[in-house]
Amino acid sequence: MIVRERDDRQRSRLSPRQIIIWTAVALVGAVAWSVLALARGERISAIWIVAAALGSYAIAYRFYARFIVKRVLRVDDDRATPAERLDNGTDYQPTDRRVLFGHHFAAIAGAGPLVGPVLAAQMGYLPGTIWIIVGVILAGAVQDMVTLFFSMRRDGRSLGQMARDEIGPIGGAAALIAVFAIMIILLAVLALVVVNALAKSPWGTFSIAMTIPIAIFMGIYLRHIRPGRVVETSLIGVALLLLAIVAGGWVQESELAPFFTLDPRTLVICLVIYGFAASVLPVWLLLAPRDYLSTFMKIGTIVLLAVGVVLSAPVLNTTAITEFALTGNGPVFAGSLFPFVFITIACGALSGFHALISSGTTPKLVEKESQVRLIGYGAMLMESFVAVMALIAACILDPGLYFAMNSPAGFLGPTLESASEAVNRLGFVITPEQLAAAAASVQESTLVARTGGAPTLAVGMAEIFSAIFGGTALKAFWYHFAIMFEALFILTTVDAGTRVGRYMLQDTLGNIYKPMANVNWKPGLYLCSAVVVGAWGYFLYAGVTDPLGGINQLFPLFGIANQLLAAVALTVCTTLLITSGRAKYAWVTGIPLAWDAAVTLTASYQKIFSPDPTLGFFAQRARFAEALAEGRVLAPAKDLDDMRAVVVNSTVDGILSAVFALLIIIVIANAVVVWYRALTSPTPWPTTEAPAVPSKIVAPSGLFATREEKEAMAMAAGGDRG
Amino acid sequence: MKVLRAVLWYLRELTGESAYDHYLARHARTHPDRPPLSRREFERRRLDAAEVAPGSRCC
Repeated sequence: MIVRERDDRQRSRLSPRQIIIWTAVALVGAVAWSVLALARGERISAIWIVAAALGSYAIAYRFYARFIVKRVLRVDDDRATPAERLDNGTDYQPTDRRVLFGHHFAAIAGAGPLVGPVLAAQMGYLPGTIWIIVGVILAGAVQDMVTLFFSMRRDGRSLGQMARDEIGPIGGAAALIAVFAIMIILLAVLALVVVNALAKSPWGTFSIAMTIPIAIFMGIYLRHIRPGRVVETSLIGVALLLLAIVAGGWVQESELAPFFTLDPRTLVICLVIYGFAASVLPVWLLLAPRDYLSTFMKIGTIVLLAVGVVLSAPVLNTTAITEFALTGNGPVFAGSLFPFVFITIACGALSGFHALISSGTTPKLVEKESQVRLIGYGAMLMESFVAVMALIAACILDPGLYFAMNSPAGFLGPTLESASEAVNRLGFVITPEQLAAAAASVQESTLVARTGGAPTLAVGMAEIFSAIFGGTALKAFWYHFAIMFEALFILTTVDAGTRVGRYMLQDTLGNIYKPMANVNWKPGLYLCSAVVVGAWGYFLYAGVTDPLGGINQLFPLFGIANQLLAAVALTVCTTLLITSGRAKYAWVTGIPLAWDAAVTLTASYQKIFSPDPTLGFFAQRARFAEALAEGRVLAPAKDLDDMRAVVVNSTVDGILSAVFALLIIIVIANAVVVWYRALTSPTPWPTTEAPAVPSKIVAPSGLFATREEKEAMAMAAGGDRG
Repeated sequence: MKVLRAVLWYLRELTGESAYDHYLARHARTHPDRPPLSRREFERRRLDAAEVAPGSRCC
């Protein structure tokens, strides 16, 4: 063993050729960063952001992730993974690393990294770029990989179970509540993004509505006509989807248009009904085919966007840092750079939600322990790259248009003229004619106050795509293509999330009343679906009708909830590093945890206690309640009902912020007690790892097999035959 | 041609289209005495299993 270790260390020494290559990579990254940091006043190409990102990712993956895998986690490829030991051909199954990478990426990538960076662009491109890249390298990808590793060593236990086992029942319960709460807020905010993207847009609404019959057709085709032919079914589905996008343009011009022109409240009702139906209908009919469709679109569009950004090399129109970063009074979301950039970007840099995928599903399929670097760390780097591209798409827009699209409707007023004036007051210039022209170029009735990030991203993507494919003639198509892609993504999350939430609720209630735990028991199934849908439906409706702007109010809450879940995951990881005799490396997840806790708690503190009514929920409540008592109406509310809505919403949101903050404190405090006990314990802390069993599988650990790995695989294959 | 074949392999693996092939290979190894499920039956069971354990999707 000792000899082997020395061998490993020798092999990891770089050859002169590798040194030259890695020096070049480092230089490219460093030059790109310098350009980004030093450019002031002149507009620079988005290519610099891409170069800084890719250079940094490469270095981090090669050196930092490798260090964590070898020294900190001490992965052992002689030890069989649960996939090998418990192989049952279904949920435990050794899966090719490249295939599992795809599965894992498809599961973690959603609308979050597309929306967050767009909103964060209000502070300029630099804060977002730095946090997306540095955050993923030091926090997000580390969390995903370490969680994956520890869950894998425990036969794929879920985050909630690990929190209970490692921290204790209180920490475990807090984690469970956190998971459920974040799910509800997440679904509401994502659905809100869809509503804002589809409201008053017959083209978008028609295309998205069509995805339901397309999915049902695919479901029936897969079950009854050509069982299991997923690739061909998906290709047919994608073709129909593209047709639906084109047909949306015809519908918009036809007499059918009024039928698909829905106001936000109607859309909320449609989404709630859809969410309920998706949760109670059989998976094969709606959920599974939608998921195939969404995965195909996801991967296709991301590749297309990457190609588009590199080929068109757009110029960034936003400044590096806007004044909102410092003053904290930006119209898109309130609060200054620290902590709100980190709260807003969330998914592209550090996402607690990923810990739910990294524990539970993926660890049961890993073939070799060392593959956690590719699957956990690598997939998260790719997700971060998606966030980088979303940021670029938002930052190439004219800042005047960006703020006209993303400020709340109450702030912008009812007409193009009022919107133009409001944007001018912010210090940016856009004329009513320019606003009209921008909307006309993508064939929408208006782009003013289309908050939520999706329309902004769609305009940016249309800009990038049409620069390469089709020119201005196809711009409206690309805009609606992008809207469709995001809405499809989000609705897949909404239907899967509603179902997962329903299962969690049924599982919990099953402890009180046994039949509830049976996920096929009809009364339980309907009741729990209704509760979950009702919960996110409430926040969605409140968001849509909020006079202060739903995204402005709810997005910070979603960000805080997501970062709270990350705090739970990082706490579990840090606890495990300490209790498993890796205490000297506890900083690997401990530093991200400290940072994440600081960010989340500061944001919660400001949301609860800030005396500024645009930032603090209770200050806002006090201000509106006082006016309401005197019968006054405060802008942007239009009547007393609006006033009441603001008071109710700010109370609910304020209480939720307080609950979230409390949960983090409980989990961390409970964990600190465990750390202290483990560190002062005279005997080694009991392990929760599954016992080691020697592995028989031979497989490469990285994306590409090295020469030694190929030889070993050939030898193993030969050995089998002989 | 080689690239095309690799892409098709990846798509089939990623979507689970090849799950039946893996099942057949596994079945031949573990229960060579019994006939395997038909494709229709296999896919039906696979989809019904998803009823109980949905893949969660992230934000």
